[in-house]
Amino acid sequence: MLDLTWLLIAVPLASSAFLLLGGKRLDPWGHWVGVAASGTAFLVGLVALIQMLGLDSHDRSHAVHLFSWIPGGELNLDAGLLVDPLSMTFVMLVTFVGTLIHLYSVAYMEHDPSRRRFFAYLNLFVAAMLLLVLADSYLLLFVGWEGVGLASYLLIGFWNHKPEYATAANKAFVVNRVGDMGLIIAMGLMFTYFGALDFESVFAAADGATTAQLTAIGLALLVAACGKSAQFPLQSWLGDAMAGPTPVSALIHAATMVTAGVYLIVRSAPIYAGAPAAQTTVAAIGAFTLILGALIGMAKDDIKKALAASTMSQIGYMMLAAGLGPIGYAFAIFHLVTHGFFKAGMFLGAGSVMHGMNDQVDMRRFGALRTAMVTTWVTFGLGWLAILGVPPFSGFWSKDKIIEAAFVGEGAQPWILGGAALIGAGLTAFYMSRLFFMTFHGKARWTDDQHPHESPALMTVPMIILAVGSAFLGLFLAMGDRFSTWLEPVTGHAEHHEPVLPVPVIMIATLVLVALGVWAAWRKYGAADVPEVAPAASLATIAARNDMFQDSVNRGVFERPGTHLTRTLVYADAALVDAAVDKTAGGWARTGESVRKTQNGQVRSYALTMLVGLVIVILVVVQGGL
Amino acid sequence: MDPINFVILASVLFAIGAAAVLLRRNAIIAFMGVELMLNAANLALVAFSRIHGEIDGQIMAFFVLVVAAAEVVVGLAIIIAVFRARQTISLDEPAELKG
Repeated sequence: MLDLTWLLIAVPLASSAFLLLGGKRLDPWGHWVGVAASGTAFLVGLVALIQMLGLDSHDRSHAVHLFSWIPGGELNLDAGLLVDPLSMTFVMLVTFVGTLIHLYSVAYMEHDPSRRRFFAYLNLFVAAMLLLVLADSYLLLFVGWEGVGLASYLLIGFWNHKPEYATAANKAFVVNRVGDMGLIIAMGLMFTYFGALDFESVFAAADGATTAQLTAIGLALLVAACGKSAQFPLQSWLGDAMAGPTPVSALIHAATMVTAGVYLIVRSAPIYAGAPAAQTTVAAIGAFTLILGALIGMAKDDIKKALAASTMSQIGYMMLAAGLGPIGYAFAIFHLVTHGFFKAGMFLGAGSVMHGMNDQVDMRRFGALRTAMVTTWVTFGLGWLAILGVPPFSGFWSKDKIIEAAFVGEGAQPWILGGAALIGAGLTAFYMSRLFFMTFHGKARWTDDQHPHESPALMTVPMIILAVGSAFLGLFLAMGDRFSTWLEPVTGHAEHHEPVLPVPVIMIATLVLVALGVWAAWRKYGAADVPEVAPAASLATIAARNDMFQDSVNRGVFERPGTHLTRTLVYADAALVDAAVDKTAGGWARTGESVRKTQNGQVRSYALTMLVGLVIVILVVVQGGL
Repeated sequence: MDPINFVILASVLFAIGAAAVLLRRNAIIAFMGVELMLNAANLALVAFSRIHGEIDGQIMAFFVLVVAAAEVVVGLAIIIAVFRARQTISLDEPAELKG
């Protein structure tokens, strides 16, 4: 079965092509093809997983050769799949959560005339993500990487009749291109240094490479990861990506797309092993982004944008863990999996709320929805408890481990990284509780035409399944370090290090901060009345509401100078290069004009010319003595 | 008589012919100028033949005579064609082919 893992990619891809090419006659039932394709991929993955679990841990890495792809002189690259515990984890997450989101979308997109196209794109998204995680070389990974970028562009701009949504899709695409350049540069460096692009050769060659080479590759890969995973400074696309239909947000934030950056870092572990500086940069970016995202999340009134900021922050945790090296890799992926469940659950919950509230996204117009939407309230609540890191829910097992790991080290680093992770946990508790209380508790602040109602079963069942995962998956995978042991063949065995603070102290500090965050949010947004219009606020709040002015910064730092640079270049081109060519051509044209005058049609003047010419020739001949 | 005088005569005749071609508008006169130049050349060839005591120049003069005869036929035909088309044989009249 492990040899048949190519089906994982082929089935959703074929379904996507079928739905796109099939035309309108597929409209009544085409979406079920999409669901079935995703479900089939999940079943294939499940069988492969069971088979893999039956193998010894050191036999679990399985290479599937597909075909000879680029038989070049210096570069011989075969297309192949690498099925190992890491890629298998992603396969299960992507197909399982993806299938639930497909199912949910059947109901969510029921009244959309382009539902068939939507499912084709969802399938494409899943296929591209599976190719990304299953590829056995950086180049094949890049194909999936670009496929994910394309699918996200198509889905974020799915309602592209609204210009601002189309702009959001463009923004996501353009920002991602910056990251893609990082990956292309990294591949170029690998080819220059090692002459290969497949994981096996690159990782084997990484042992003998210099620190400078590995640092360069590591930093280029980090740029790529930042673009895809919306980490600082390439985070600006994530908030606007909420323009897409809500299931797309769930898919982007939980299963596909933003997790790709973390995957890339963890997969490139052998490269980072030899580049401590690059690794520390990864951790620093993760720590910074987790605080940045949390601060933005605290001020957002749009429920989807608040969740998006939360994703940015949670991916920051994963990057932080991935930047800690072997002690963090397993926790990064662990948190990625649990986050996949609770974030998908909460996005679907947000979609359910919007579904019941006429597509309202302003949390200031929600309130008291717990009575109207009980299932949504309960499932969202479980996701909320999970992201808070309340024991025994999923987030506790993964996030707490990351915070502990962040405190491991020497010098100032553990205090900075650990402190950021710890404060981030408190901030997370505040903004997620704020979101939860504003939406489901307090007084109803609905507009007149809103009659909230529970969503149909097709939407609530996926939410319930994801909520169960949010509640118990972490405990299940954490028991006996099951998940870390499972990933050990890939991430390497991590020596146990003691954090600079005792573990119980860290855990208690985390829980106290979380409790404080919840309490503060309850006082302000649960017990007290929430104004229906955002009140005037401090400068810090305004900055957070505006995504820390990320767009203004981008405009000021990149766009303006870029525009001026291109204008200058265009001017220089016109004034210097073009002008030089034009002037030269003009000079010859004027010369031609004057010479033209001699061609006057007068036979006798021609005769004179000939005579004069003849005389000159004779004089030259005679005088020259020829 | 010194044969160099014939060369001088040929030069004078050539100059007269060239002046006729350059100065007269009438195509027939200009044409006669061309003939004068050709025959000046013939005279020069024959004179050089005499000076060097070789026969090459005289043979060349015969060739020139033949070519001149052919040239007269073509030239007069062109002049007649131009006259039919324009009712004039002024050389300055047909000046359309200019840059």
